[in-house]
Amino acid sequence: MSLVNLHQVHKYYGDHHVLKGIDLDIKAGEVVSIIGKSGSGKSTLLRCINGLEQYQQGGITVDGKEVTTDDIQMRRLALSVGMIFQNFNLFPHMTVGENVMLAPTIVLKKSKAEAEATARAMLEKVGLAEKFDSFPEKLSGGQQQRVAIARALAMSPKVLLCDEITSALDPELVGEVLKVLEQLAKEGITLVLVTHEMNFARDVGSRVVFMHQGKVWEQGDSKTLLSNPQTDELKQFIGAVL
Amino acid sequence: MIEFSNYDILRNLLFATQWTILLSLAAFIGGTTVALTLTALRLTRNPTIQRIVKVYVELFQGTPLLMQMFLCFFGLSMLGYEISAWGAAILSLTFFTSAFLVEIWRGCIDTLPKGQWEASRCLGLSFLQTLRFIILPQAIRVATAPTVGFSVQVIKGTALASVIGFVELTKVGTMLNNATFEPFKIFTLVALIYFVLCYPLSLYSKHLEKKFNVSR
Repeated sequence: MSLVNLHQVHKYYGDHHVLKGIDLDIKAGEVVSIIGKSGSGKSTLLRCINGLEQYQQGGITVDGKEVTTDDIQMRRLALSVGMIFQNFNLFPHMTVGENVMLAPTIVLKKSKAEAEATARAMLEKVGLAEKFDSFPEKLSGGQQQRVAIARALAMSPKVLLCDEITSALDPELVGEVLKVLEQLAKEGITLVLVTHEMNFARDVGSRVVFMHQGKVWEQGDSKTLLSNPQTDELKQFIGAVL
Repeated sequence: MIEFSNYDILRNLLFATQWTILLSLAAFIGGTTVALTLTALRLTRNPTIQRIVKVYVELFQGTPLLMQMFLCFFGLSMLGYEISAWGAAILSLTFFTSAFLVEIWRGCIDTLPKGQWEASRCLGLSFLQTLRFIILPQAIRVATAPTVGFSVQVIKGTALASVIGFVELTKVGTMLNNATFEPFKIFTLVALIYFVLCYPLSLYSKHLEKKFNVSR
């Protein structure tokens, strides 16, 4: 049974045809890495899955429910889809703990005690339990991104979307964030990541989707695909990034 | 002819200052209320509403405050609505203040990264929840300094109300000058009193700006 399903999705920014008929099916527990050059539509694809961007044709379902950008629908969707951004997007006026507790308290209507227990558990999971009362600005980029992961996890999403979440980090901080992702993958959470981390895609990911010119150009098992690409475009891409 | 001692002059000016302060407060409260409403309307992202707010802002920013006062005072009475100088002054200063505050606050809200809205949406917060828990707390921090700074403009703007006959600091200054023929002394005093009202606000605004800059 598929958790995320895209059927012939087309997306335009004005005259610019960004996504040209995307078909994609993601099952629970898969770790799917979306790779490709910038401008190939990777991030747009991810943003369509969680309703941040509107698509013009086709259909997207998550957990059997249709995705639209409608506000009410979006809020229902938020319960099953978590999103991590390149720039963390933590709330700077709240402590780390408050960041993680906010949505469970006001969206899921959990009691403060319950939300705090969840928040502490999630921060523990990303290795930042002791930062509960710190403000985001006091943390390194890698720590901030781990808080963002904890914040998304606190809503117990069925699938976690990661939009180039290590791209804004200093190289020495990338590892700590990837380690958390790897841990989550082992626990069986469904991950869809737009990434440039080829090693991570190969070693941790179960499937790689290569996007080119707004289409799914090639996809398959991560190890097979990356070691034995079929199309010239993917060969070229792998040659350029490795 | 009545003689005015320096004490009399100062006493009269200080008495009139109360009206200047009162008018400034009324205009500021009125302006803030209207500006808050307009800002909230703007954020709904309804194109028609946004256009209306834009026209409002451009209309009141693009015409002299004095003309707005004339229109409120003489214009309204010609249309058959009796309005006191006090009422006309408050009304026009409210328009003026709100038009500028809407623009100042728009800038403050726009400086917040778009990602704050997106992260809130992805966590399932509604529009109003996002506004209340995420956007406003941050925007208020950014907006306080320029808003306090702008209140200085409001205080100075109240001087124009003297032209439509509202008896405040400037008007009393003019009246005293007519009686004593000592313009230099009287208008220096008047200017000094405005300065005493405005300068602390400017200082406070600068202080706020520094304070919030450091914590960011």
